Amino acid sequence: MSEMFSMRDVTVCYDNVEAVRNVSLSVEEGQIVTVIGPNGAGKTTLLMAAIGLLASRGRMVFQGGDIGKMSVEDRVERRLCLVPEKRELFSDMSVADNLLLGSYSLRDRSGVQKTLDEVYDRFPRLKERQRQAAGTLSGGERQMLALGRALMAKPKLLMLDEPSLGLAPLIVREIFRTIASLRDLGVSILLVEQNARAALETADYGYVLETGEIVQSGPAKDLIHDPRLITAYLGGH
Amino acid sequence: MTSDIAAILAIDGIATGAVYALVAIGTVLIFTVTRVIFIPFGDIAAFTALTLAALDAKRFPGTGALVVILACLATLIEIISLLRASELRLLPRALLFYLVLPLAVVGAAWLVMRMDPPLAIRLVLALMLITPISPLLDRIVFRPIADGTVLLLLTVSVALHFALVGLGLLFFGPEGVRTEPLTSLSTEFAGVLISGQTMLIVIAALVFSGLLYLFFDFTLVGKSLRATAVNRTGSRLMGIRPARAGTIAYLLGSLMAGVSGILIAPVNTVFYDSGFLIGLKAFVGAIVGGMTSYPGAAIGAVGVGILESFASFESSALKDVIVFSLLIPILIWRSLASLHSEEEIEE
Repeated sequence: MSEMFSMRDVTVCYDNVEAVRNVSLSVEEGQIVTVIGPNGAGKTTLLMAAIGLLASRGRMVFQGGDIGKMSVEDRVERRLCLVPEKRELFSDMSVADNLLLGSYSLRDRSGVQKTLDEVYDRFPRLKERQRQAAGTLSGGERQMLALGRALMAKPKLLMLDEPSLGLAPLIVREIFRTIASLRDLGVSILLVEQNARAALETADYGYVLETGEIVQSGPAKDLIHDPRLITAYLGGH
Repeated sequence: MTSDIAAILAIDGIATGAVYALVAIGTVLIFTVTRVIFIPFGDIAAFTALTLAALDAKRFPGTGALVVILACLATLIEIISLLRASELRLLPRALLFYLVLPLAVVGAAWLVMRMDPPLAIRLVLALMLITPISPLLDRIVFRPIADGTVLLLLTVSVALHFALVGLGLLFFGPEGVRTEPLTSLSTEFAGVLISGQTMLIVIAALVFSGLLYLFFDFTLVGKSLRATAVNRTGSRLMGIRPARAGTIAYLLGSLMAGVSGILIAPVNTVFYDSGFLIGLKAFVGAIVGGMTSYPGAAIGAVGVGILESFASFESSALKDVIVFSLLIPILIWRSLASLHSEEEIEE
């Protein structure tokens, strides 16, 4: 497996406050990597820096190229995609238009219809609601649309920020099943989650972020049995 | 007032309103995509009328020199910003868009003008010369402060309008112009004579609004503009560049303002500073639509046109006072309406 994405000593500041400090992590090709941690640990900040919405110091490499100074749009054109915590859907526009805009960055438009059909096969609910405005969808459907829209860009690395946030347990299970199935498409995934158990059950490798720093990392199957993590994040005693 | 007079005033008002509607739609387009309330749109409309009048008089319009100067300035600013960002690989594209294309437009217009072209070609030339101005102004003036507040952008926009009025005087001179009517046909409808020019104005407004609707609903670029207007961060995450969306919006908006300038030139005498009132009345129309709705802006602008027409019959001296007084109740109604929607969101 070759390295798809890596961060080396990345620091992100809001004004003079360091929200993320000297974070290093890597995602191999076809791997699902998760970053877990408490609220306010800097998980969202880390992903915002990775996509270029926040400026950062340190080195960021995607598919062998340094992307640290690139604009958001240049990173998206290289097929690095983010599904943000707030979903950022185009609420006044139809589900179909949202999905179509997901493919905006693709120069080769010949495969767009096929990708759209694949997204509809994966999320039949979106097909049923394709003419409906995105703003009228339920929470679960909105998350499906956000995921489907990101898949329209044929991402090489998909970054997901709290995909289970605010969703009913049944929907959360469905979303994580979908995330796991993306591995078969060859998509690498960087998953940021507060729902640590679900994230570690799905991921291959995990990092624990606390107050802006990585405090622990290892294969997800080891982390899930770690006594400290069980006490702190996995609801154990 | 008899019903005949009321009908004539209404038709006159609809025609004037249709011209305002084109500018209002352009204003909404620019505002939703870039958050800039582009006050100088009226100036663009007036400059188009002055450009067409110069072409009709077989003089090369001052617009050519204005575009050349703006293109050189925009190119210089773009080169400096690329040097600062160490992005010299983007230099050829920048030179093409900010220097070569505008200069090519001016050069082509200069060459074609020497062949004594017919009216249809002169109309195209006037529109070609006018469309680069707004995107170039965007690069020079608004791009460096794109992340500023709406109020800052508005203040700069007002300042830019005054700068343009000065440039208008410099490049076009103080004389007013009135171009030949585009058609001498006329028809009678329900006992009222309607001139061909009036019909042309209304048809042009409908056609251009319709084309814009098709562009937004059926093309990926149109949808990307809507997406930028709805959610800027979301659109950036799709790879849609706000600066590029802004340029397209300015190009389209200029085209709408240009068309309105061409339509109004045979009806009203246009001076270098006539644009302000056109822009301001279109702005009132756009506010009726909440600055976000195209049909709302168009309906508002037609309403302004009709009100202006009746107001000028009742009291010619006070017609502008009456029209702008309309802003106060509309703003109160709008602020109350938006307060309600915020409460709903909080719930």
